[in-house]
Amino acid sequence: MAENVASLSQERIAYLEGLVSQARTAAAVFTQYTQEDVDRIVKPMVLAGLEQAQYLARLAIEETRLGVLEDKALKNMVATEFVYDYVKDKRTVGTIREFPERRLVEVAEPIGVIFSLLPITNPTSTVLFKCIMAIKTRNAVIFSPHPSAGHCCYEAVRIMYEAALKHGAPQGVFTCLESHSLEDNAYMMHHKDVGLIDATGGPGMVKAAYSSGKPALGVGPGNTPVYLEKTADLNMAVVDIITSKTFDNGTICASEQTVVIDDEIYDLVLKKFADLGAHICNQKETELLGRTVIDPSTGFMQPLAVGQKATDISRMVGLEVAPKTKLLIAPIQGVGREHPLSVEKLFPVLAVYRAKSVEEALRVCVDVNRAGGLGHTAVVFSRNEVVIQRFSEVINAGRIIVNAPGSIGALGGIYNDMVPTFSFGCGTGGGNSTTDNVNVYNYLNIKRVARRTPAHMWFRIPDQIYFNLNAVENLGHFPSRSTIIITNPAMEQIGHVDVVRRYIPAETLVHVSVIPDAEPDVKIVAQGVEALNFYKADQIIALGGGSVIDAAKIMKLKYESPEADLEELAAPFLDLRKRVVQYPTEKVSRARLIAISTTSGTGSEVTPFAVLTDKARGRKVTLADYSLSPDVAIVDPQFVMSMPKGLTADTGIDCLTHALEAGVSIYASAYTDSNAMQAIRMVFKYLPIAYEQPQNEEARSMMHNAACIAAIAFSNASVGVNHALAHAFGARFGVSHGRANALMLPHVIAYNASVPTKFMPSPNQRGYIAHKKYAMMADLLGLGGNTIDEKVKNLVTATEQLLDQLAVPRSIAEMGISKEDFEKAMPDLVKIAFDDPSGRSNPRMPLLSELVELFWSAYAGRGLAQAAGTAEKQTEKQKVDEWLCV
Amino acid sequence: MVVRMTMTTIPVWHEIDGERVTDSLQETCEKLNGDAGNVSLDFSSVRRIDPNALKAMAELASLADEKAIRVTLRAVNAEVYRVLKLMRLAPRFFFVA
Repeated sequence: MAENVASLSQERIAYLEGLVSQARTAAAVFTQYTQEDVDRIVKPMVLAGLEQAQYLARLAIEETRLGVLEDKALKNMVATEFVYDYVKDKRTVGTIREFPERRLVEVAEPIGVIFSLLPITNPTSTVLFKCIMAIKTRNAVIFSPHPSAGHCCYEAVRIMYEAALKHGAPQGVFTCLESHSLEDNAYMMHHKDVGLIDATGGPGMVKAAYSSGKPALGVGPGNTPVYLEKTADLNMAVVDIITSKTFDNGTICASEQTVVIDDEIYDLVLKKFADLGAHICNQKETELLGRTVIDPSTGFMQPLAVGQKATDISRMVGLEVAPKTKLLIAPIQGVGREHPLSVEKLFPVLAVYRAKSVEEALRVCVDVNRAGGLGHTAVVFSRNEVVIQRFSEVINAGRIIVNAPGSIGALGGIYNDMVPTFSFGCGTGGGNSTTDNVNVYNYLNIKRVARRTPAHMWFRIPDQIYFNLNAVENLGHFPSRSTIIITNPAMEQIGHVDVVRRYIPAETLVHVSVIPDAEPDVKIVAQGVEALNFYKADQIIALGGGSVIDAAKIMKLKYESPEADLEELAAPFLDLRKRVVQYPTEKVSRARLIAISTTSGTGSEVTPFAVLTDKARGRKVTLADYSLSPDVAIVDPQFVMSMPKGLTADTGIDCLTHALEAGVSIYASAYTDSNAMQAIRMVFKYLPIAYEQPQNEEARSMMHNAACIAAIAFSNASVGVNHALAHAFGARFGVSHGRANALMLPHVIAYNASVPTKFMPSPNQRGYIAHKKYAMMADLLGLGGNTIDEKVKNLVTATEQLLDQLAVPRSIAEMGISKEDFEKAMPDLVKIAFDDPSGRSNPRMPLLSELVELFWSAYAGRGLAQAAGTAEKQTEKQKVDEWLCV
Repeated sequence: MVVRMTMTTIPVWHEIDGERVTDSLQETCEKLNGDAGNVSLDFSSVRRIDPNALKAMAELASLADEKAIRVTLRAVNAEVYRVLKLMRLAPRFFFVA
């Protein structure tokens, strides 16, 4: 900037600073105005502009020698009346828009001081338009007119200013550079107190505006292509084009420049133009015109021709035309420098091109559009919607005017419902920041006031759950023509399959499919689906533990939706409701899934999860979707009476972990809490009994129900970092899921109860509450304690005691894993645990370093849990630390 | 450079009339020209200020700097405060509720 303004004298700088200071004061004072204050000022301004429309048009014509008086007067009226019609009911102060369903409100913030460049082609109308916009938006404007339109612009500003001031606008709200140089403009464009540059002018000024580093609205040159397609209403099209191209002698930059006409109608169209007063140039005349009105050295139009009448241009060029000739039409054979008339011509000279096909026509329109008019305006006349659509897609223009005149159509509000404007945003194609018809919203900073929106929560469970002893009898309620029982060898040996068969209605064809007692793999699923197809099954009964039920869920999915891509469906997601991959809803077959669980831990009979092993790739795939949930769950304790002690302990701890993690999850709700808390209570009471007295029916029944209830909780609230750690550790060292959970559990409670290093975003919770939830659980269990800290400690201790009662290993070291092996595995363990989706619903965000600490705590075992303080205690400690600056 | 005095003085209390803010401020300026003690201006009845009032505020700030006195503005509403911020006048005054 320094070199641009170096020649400015101190006096000139003082003058410019005075203008800015005045505008800044006005803008500052203006911030206090209400919508009513503003609207009270705008209306009389509009009336003043309308009153002086002809006077200002005359001044513009006299000074610039461009255009047509009547058209300029009309433009002044559009710039006031039409713009007012658009803005009069618009809110531009305070709250301007509300979106109650989104809890969003938009609040207007004025820009402050706008530096506005004015064009020679539409000087007074642009002033009127911008003044109305500025007052409506509480901004102050410093105008810089084109040097050849200074007086008329000054008069227009004066008329607007006086009207505004009379009705309460702040002093200095409009000022106008009386005479100026490029250095003045450069000084203003770089001034720290100028908030926005609104550059309606030639490409040089627009470029200077954008190069200033200030936010800028700018328009630039157009080169409007018009496609006159054979289905168009030709009479309407020809009149519209003449009206537009001759309007103010073609000075509006949106006016038509080259009309591409279908071969079939070309001659007819030219005849119609000629009949209405256009002169059709022959080849020689076209060449002469091209050489004269276009500067051969630059390829741009000659300024002398801008805004002149067709007859005057003819005289200038040396063409003989009829005295009332409105328009000169020059046939061209292509676009580019060798076809000079294919560029922008802000005077009544129109190029025409004969196109042999739609494709050729569209190609030529693209060429014209890109020959200096990118982002500006284009026109199509057609009744063929496909042609209109294709034109809209291939042409890069902020305004695509359909079956209407380009210049007057682009102004908006007359031939269409576009926003009335005198400033056409040309988008990035034109180096502009917007493609809008520039309007009041471009003169505002819009603030979004976003109120907290609690995400919609859910509580989804299978349609029917039958529980307690002999619940299996309810199978008789489900009619089926063909049922397949998916189970494992143990269930068949023990006789559970026979029990199930007994209650299936006699008329049902039953097939038993025995699968290995391990997490299902792709092959097993494929075999199951084959059987389902073979027997045309309408019902699947999954009888077994989590692996069997998971297998049945996936078989059902593939049976009903064979195209389902399991790998794609297992894609990671953060929020179930916003996941990228959706589960199929179209089904080729339908089968009811009844899950009968034979362990009291996973709760797979009610969950929407299924784990699949991909042996070929050596990895596990977790599927999660409520469409996987069984339709019916049967929770009958007779199927768990024979569970061995170890399995009773491991699955019981898994159940407890589900409940504890669901209870403190960021997705926990009153609905899931009721289930989680109840399950915790039942586990603490009945798991030791079920473990010690395997034949105790009540304990077995209660634990079986607890597993289902905990699963209902975590199906809707998810689990947490305990599961993430256990998944990683269990897979690496071949430790059962329940046991892996047990090793982590006391440490995770202590961890979650302490002040998080990093909070997990959780819009549904008010503050950090995990420690309070644990305290609530301790109260429920009657563990005592007077403070949250004490209660959490008691919960940790009670959990440790429970684990002791169940005789599960209490440290990873106890399991015979060497420190060296564990250390070696640590990087992988941490990486896998961090990626595990379970961690994303944990109340505190687990950092990688914290995962390492948790793993080592679990390695060392008991004692470390007590070392970790709870939230309350740590808060106190932090206060002390802060005080001591440690 | 602005040098602010920190010695304890009893400020002169002026209430700015919300209906004639510029005049009130000018009267304050006149008083300051006479006796050079700290001054406290009550803005509780001022709803908004206009360019003339801003000019008077700027003069008041200059006078305070010149006489090394402290001008405290009481009960300035947020809208007026924002105008003073926009005009970079706010740092030249002390604000109290």
